[in-house]
Amino acid sequence: MSDMISDTATQDGLAGESPTNHLALAIELKNINKSFGAVRANKNVNLPVVAGTIHGIVGENGAGKSTLMSILYGFYEADRGEVFIAGNKVRIDSSKAAIKAGIGMVHQHFMLVDTFTVLENIMLGAESSPLISNSAIEATSILEHLADNYGLHVRLSAITGTLPVGEQQRVEILKALYRRARILILDEPTGVLTPSETDQLFEVLKALKNEGVTILLITHKLREIMAITDCVSVMRHGEMIAHRKTSETSKEELAELMVGRKVFDSLNRPAEKIGPASVVVENLTVLSSQNVPLVDNISFQVRAGEIVGIAGVSGNGQSELLDVLNGIRPVDQGRIVINGREITPDHPFDPAEARTLKIAHVPEDRHRMGLVTKFDARESIILGYQRLTRYNPGMLLDQQVVNDECNRLMALFDVRPHQPEIKSANMSGGNQQKLILAREIDKAPTELFVGQPTRGVDIGAIEFIHEQLLDLRDTGCAILMVSVELDEIMQLSDRIIVMFEGRIVADMAREEADIKTLGLMMANAHDTTDADHGAQATSSAGES
Amino acid sequence: MNDTVKPLPRWIDVGLIPIINVSIALLVSGLVILAVGENPIEATKVMITGAFGYDEGVGYTLYYATNFVFTGLAVAIAFHAGLFNIGGEGQAYIGGLGVGLAMLLLDASMPAVLLVPIAILSAALFGGLYAAVPAYLQAYRGSHIVITTIMFNFIASAIMVYLMVNVLINPGQQSPESREFSDAAQLPFMHEIFGWFGVTIAHSPLNLSIVWALICCVLVWVFIWRTKWGYEIRTVGFNETAASYAGIKPARVIMLSMCISGGLAGFVGLNEILGVQHRLLLNFTAGYGFTGIAVSLMGRNHPFGIVLASVLFGALYQGGAELAFEIPTITREMVVAIQGFVILFSGALAYMITPWMTWLYNRLSRSAVTPVEAEG
Repeated sequence: MSDMISDTATQDGLAGESPTNHLALAIELKNINKSFGAVRANKNVNLPVVAGTIHGIVGENGAGKSTLMSILYGFYEADRGEVFIAGNKVRIDSSKAAIKAGIGMVHQHFMLVDTFTVLENIMLGAESSPLISNSAIEATSILEHLADNYGLHVRLSAITGTLPVGEQQRVEILKALYRRARILILDEPTGVLTPSETDQLFEVLKALKNEGVTILLITHKLREIMAITDCVSVMRHGEMIAHRKTSETSKEELAELMVGRKVFDSLNRPAEKIGPASVVVENLTVLSSQNVPLVDNISFQVRAGEIVGIAGVSGNGQSELLDVLNGIRPVDQGRIVINGREITPDHPFDPAEARTLKIAHVPEDRHRMGLVTKFDARESIILGYQRLTRYNPGMLLDQQVVNDECNRLMALFDVRPHQPEIKSANMSGGNQQKLILAREIDKAPTELFVGQPTRGVDIGAIEFIHEQLLDLRDTGCAILMVSVELDEIMQLSDRIIVMFEGRIVADMAREEADIKTLGLMMANAHDTTDADHGAQATSSAGES
Repeated sequence: MNDTVKPLPRWIDVGLIPIINVSIALLVSGLVILAVGENPIEATKVMITGAFGYDEGVGYTLYYATNFVFTGLAVAIAFHAGLFNIGGEGQAYIGGLGVGLAMLLLDASMPAVLLVPIAILSAALFGGLYAAVPAYLQAYRGSHIVITTIMFNFIASAIMVYLMVNVLINPGQQSPESREFSDAAQLPFMHEIFGWFGVTIAHSPLNLSIVWALICCVLVWVFIWRTKWGYEIRTVGFNETAASYAGIKPARVIMLSMCISGGLAGFVGLNEILGVQHRLLLNFTAGYGFTGIAVSLMGRNHPFGIVLASVLFGALYQGGAELAFEIPTITREMVVAIQGFVILFSGALAYMITPWMTWLYNRLSRSAVTPVEAEG
């Protein structure tokens, strides 16, 4: 069945190219092939992009989108294939060549020097004169012109690191335009933005399009594809599966094309037996090293058998909250009670004790924290539990027991490849995440704190991970989930908390929430329109 | 580019590259020898014969190697915790002091069966405690361990001079040396041990410490790769954030790994004081602690590699001494320069040729693989 879908899709896709043929193409990629060792990241990829349009490219992680864009931007050279820009065949073997061909790229992780001013960042590497002051004068006039034309307003003298993420992204766009880019590639641009910042970005993109700039938008968020693009191309397993006009397709069709089968996204099943509160947080404050509150006097509870989702733009105190709940950071003020153990500034606890309290933690950043990339999978599978007696029957770590444990958990959570000796770094993001979840969930925790459960994970694995979290919840575990994906929050949570600048600005049952209101609350733009309990939480937190 | 590059296979990384590094060093040394008007090939022959050509030479080579195994393992264990212990020299010095003090105190009243374990323990204890101070400063005060361990080498040297000149000197002599230990407080030489079994080999300073060195290699391997403590040390070395997440306290791991590191370096004192000199004296560490850094780097911080690298450096020390003796125009200083080149190319510049080798390997393997893939 699934094969049939993909086959017909391919045929449609090829046929779908024809209407674009008579229009001027800004970019045309022909038969691009790229292999990394035995992995063929791009197989005979063709991509026509009509000048002056917004063209979306969707696909799962590892589908080859990023490789294709890296080829276009000169990070990699294709093994075979041709690149045409505005009808001329070009060879792009470095990002310098790409810039020369009029291509600019806005990376997912910004390439900015935090301590430089906006102006310095934009000029960096493209100074027009040996004297900085002369270049600055020229650059300022060009940038003012750009800002007026496209609504790209940023204070040029501001220190880049102090700006909100949305503005930093505008700096990246300005950087590309300052280098005279006529083609702009944006890689997952909305991942770090609030909904309102996303709207602003889309306004900018529309303005750019009206001025004739061609925009390539790489994303996995189908809602955004539908909202802003003119055409969309779908990649799967390194191949270009289909091209569609956005007006002639639907989210459902695109999702199906991406995954190669039907996707059931609503597995939302409400909690059945909610028990007593097993995590109680009262007036918790966490301070930075400069004594700035990162978590600001918050109180909430998580009950056994429910999932509480914490929504918020990243960097609003969620990470610090997770760290404190797991003993990685100390409590500065207030108290936490987990499983009857009281944690206060005078009675701290640490991650080792947290594990003995049956608290499990799936950290937000698996590379930095969840596993050791240089370890074998079977070494990462005991991270945090390396002192358990069953792994250490005597003085030594029992290799056989650990190996068997790794095999068992890999089978249980369908971790691929099923090789305990594989380097953790060589596993895909989804499989790394499954390995960590397997390690944590298998210990039958009574509390699970999980950050970004599906960040960088394929759609197929997302479903699996969500199922596991719901199953764990139904066994009576109290789960606190931090996620920047509102869809995920809406799907899994029984209650939703919204954090903004370290405070809780809303705490509600899932039934009372909708994505739009949540989005506004995340940007703290909600209390002016509706003075509900969310706004009250803000003011009471602010007084102390 | 990054994703396309295949990592080097192990045999190139730990086998071929060190060999190339040593070859480069010898090549440069050859040029220097040529410059002073001697034949480099002749000189190489003298060095190799000096190190391996006859019983006594082999004995000396292995005696030097024993010291390098101890200091190499010391550097390696700290390295696995992400620490660079430059203080092996001072820790070895103080470890030797520990052996000497224990023997001077007890050698009249105890048999060898008790004295040897006591010497081992005091070498480890003194070396370990001496490393614990910079470790504490790093773990709890944030002073960089490279700086503090370097400074502690000088402190060790000053302490030894003071003690030898003012306190421990055997009265009635000019040179700052202690009295000789009793016969019970001496490790047997290997030529003596072989003698017990009726095998005659030439006299050399090689003694029973070499067996302890090999035992230490096995113990270190087991500790690093087969125990929870080793697991925690490697976790901290690779990723301190992940270690905190896993409930491992990096400060404790720093203390633990540095104490073991210092203890291992202290065993140089076992070889030198208990095995060879049989008295306490100055400057017996002779740079072994610093050479241990090159040994560990060359041996890729693995006990097996460290043994191989130790034998190489032992051969350089012994063959070099022979060279200075046989060819008078090649002075002692010239030999030190040759040893310096090997340390430079296989220690400090150990990874210099890695990028080129990676490039070459990828070129060669790609041209070898592509046709096969095309068929498949």
